Amino acid sequence: MQFGLSEEQILLLDNVNRFLDDNSPLDRVRAYADGGDDADIWAGLTELGVPALLIPEAQGGIGLDPLDAAIVAESLGAHITPSPFLGTAVMAPTALVASGGKYDDLLAEIAAGTHRVGIAFSEAIKRRNDAQVEARDGRLFGKSLFAFDADADSYLVADQKQHLYLVAADDPGLTRTHLTTVDKTRRTVELTYDNAAAQSVSTDVRVFESVLDIGRVAIAADTMGAAQNMLDQAVEYAKQREQFNRPIGSFQAVKHMCAEMAAQLEPCRSMVWFAGHALAELPEEARVTACHTKAHLAEVAQFVAKTATEVHGGMGFTDLVGLHYWFKRCGANRQWLGAPEFVRQEAAVLQGLTD
Amino acid sequence: MDLSFGPEYEGFRSEVATFLASNADKAPKGNDLRGQQAKDWQKLLIEHGYTCRTIPKEFGGYGAEPDIIKTRIIAEEFSKARVNAGLGGQGISMLVPTLLEMGTQEQKEQFIRPTITGDMIWCQGYSEPGAGSDLAALSTAAVLDGDEWVINGQKIWTSTAQIADWIFCLVRSEPDAPKHKGISFLLFDMKTPGIEVRPLVDMTGHANFNETFFTDVRVPKHQIVGERGQGWQVANAILGHERETLAPANTAQTRINALIELMKNETADGARLIDNPVYRDRLMKIQGKVMAMRFNELRVLSARLNAGQDPGLSRMITKLEGTELRHDLEGLAIDVMGEIGLAYEDNPHLRGGGSWQRDYMYFLGLIIGGGTSQIQKNIISERGLGMPREPKFEKAS
Repeated sequence: MQFGLSEEQILLLDNVNRFLDDNSPLDRVRAYADGGDDADIWAGLTELGVPALLIPEAQGGIGLDPLDAAIVAESLGAHITPSPFLGTAVMAPTALVASGGKYDDLLAEIAAGTHRVGIAFSEAIKRRNDAQVEARDGRLFGKSLFAFDADADSYLVADQKQHLYLVAADDPGLTRTHLTTVDKTRRTVELTYDNAAAQSVSTDVRVFESVLDIGRVAIAADTMGAAQNMLDQAVEYAKQREQFNRPIGSFQAVKHMCAEMAAQLEPCRSMVWFAGHALAELPEEARVTACHTKAHLAEVAQFVAKTATEVHGGMGFTDLVGLHYWFKRCGANRQWLGAPEFVRQEAAVLQGLTD
Repeated sequence: MDLSFGPEYEGFRSEVATFLASNADKAPKGNDLRGQQAKDWQKLLIEHGYTCRTIPKEFGGYGAEPDIIKTRIIAEEFSKARVNAGLGGQGISMLVPTLLEMGTQEQKEQFIRPTITGDMIWCQGYSEPGAGSDLAALSTAAVLDGDEWVINGQKIWTSTAQIADWIFCLVRSEPDAPKHKGISFLLFDMKTPGIEVRPLVDMTGHANFNETFFTDVRVPKHQIVGERGQGWQVANAILGHERETLAPANTAQTRINALIELMKNETADGARLIDNPVYRDRLMKIQGKVMAMRFNELRVLSARLNAGQDPGLSRMITKLEGTELRHDLEGLAIDVMGEIGLAYEDNPHLRGGGSWQRDYMYFLGLIIGGGTSQIQKNIISERGLGMPREPKFEKAS
């Protein structure tokens, strides 16, 4: 019995961490937030094999597991890195691989880092207001809100029936409008479909579910990394910052805030590991675990993001320290792919506790 | 990641399950956990190695090599079957491991066997009115007079003192030494003249604890574990372990399953509470936390089994998070029942034998006892996160 990361997984985490330490420091993230692109970061991650991670070897990938993807996601969250990882390396390959050999060419392009796939799932999870996606005879109509990412080459779109379609970003029937959000480390768009050509990827709801599950676990891992980083920054700051002639970290009022963050966050790490593992190995537990992991991480991260900012005092509120990028990343992760209340409702349905 | 225990262990698991299937009817039920039936059950469990598993045969145990996985499998199977897992109490859980580690051969021979069979009940004399979180400030005095220690002072929170045969007790034997180095660990008979036990009724309405007073209590000099002044190390040899086992995730899992059943049965205006989205969301929130704690516990276990695996803070946070979680869980059950949740003792509307209210209060006790949540936060921040200690307060002279 061994519950934890393998040596290979620790190595993977170290490699990605080292790359992002060098290539995704806060200044680089700021450059993206100010309108720059993430091409160099994605090129570097491609060299490390990140987009090929979940693609089977037979289809030109590396053939690793969801837990490995979660490990990469944790590092990306810790570094608040702008990248198309979630859609391109996690969710799209899961959908495309499930469709047999039909998308081998596209998977090869994804693995090579030359094709990015965005995700438009909101309308199949909880559609808001007048947003909706309708498919008729290989054509899409309607609109998706808050699709990620803004600069994808194609989009994996889910309609209300939870069927999956692929739409090219340059299709004449597709209009892409940038939607500014508080989270400047990633960019979302509104997609309007007016007779847009759509390839059917899957009409099997189970495929949609498996794509959603792995996406949620990856988001939870991203949240884990971001929250842990905020805690680390808070602890470091509390050790350095002096008031009343002593480090503020020696005051119980402050150190207990840090202890509470650590105490709530530590079990989250095990939860993310288990959720990643369950996706590959424990199908009967995987879905409920994915829901709970997504929702629980959202709650803990909300507490950590607020508390870590408070530990920094006034500086935490400024743009100088930049803590707000992590705060907003956690906030966005909380809403993406299902807000906690709805995701917990799904967990209850999956257990047969309600209809 | 490998969550299987392997075929040998799965074989062991089915052995335990088979034993439980054919013997569970012999287990004691209800609250009399010290009667003859409980002793007979304990004897049977020891014979099969389902309790006192690693205590050497010469002292009355089963004599198995330590095997964390088997211990866990036994706990899981007993918990799943909701069968009494044998005698508990501070003698078995704390004194016996302490003696095995620090006791003399004579002490082991004299005390371990009667303790594990339930014939010798112990209480723990640690806390004092003036020494709670700051346990090392204890002041109960032990003065050597010839071949006897003479003990004067007061202990508090001595659970089971009213029925205990013996006490293991921390006393100040070296008043001039620094506070951690002036303590000794003594064992003595509760029938010794000069001991008075007063029940301390707590918020549950029961006297789960006592105050214990010592007036010129004379204890033979050799009834000390470890050397004079070493009592603090002797006591701490196993204190950390106690903290980790106060609120295991296993039990929280059993309780949340019971809570789900409760919510399927209880109704308000004819609607089941499980169908109420507000209560159901609270349930799901807590279920998510229980899940996280279960996996945290797997990590603790794994770090014990695999040398070199970093447990992080997974062990350090279990007391704080586990006890707070149980308090919240039991509290939700009460909310689900509304006024019925207030039912207690002989109320005909009592649910679950009153266990929801009892555990709701009991776990508030555990949040405070065994190192308060605030002390846990000091430990997590100072030892876990490396944050600076609170400056020492100089007493004004």
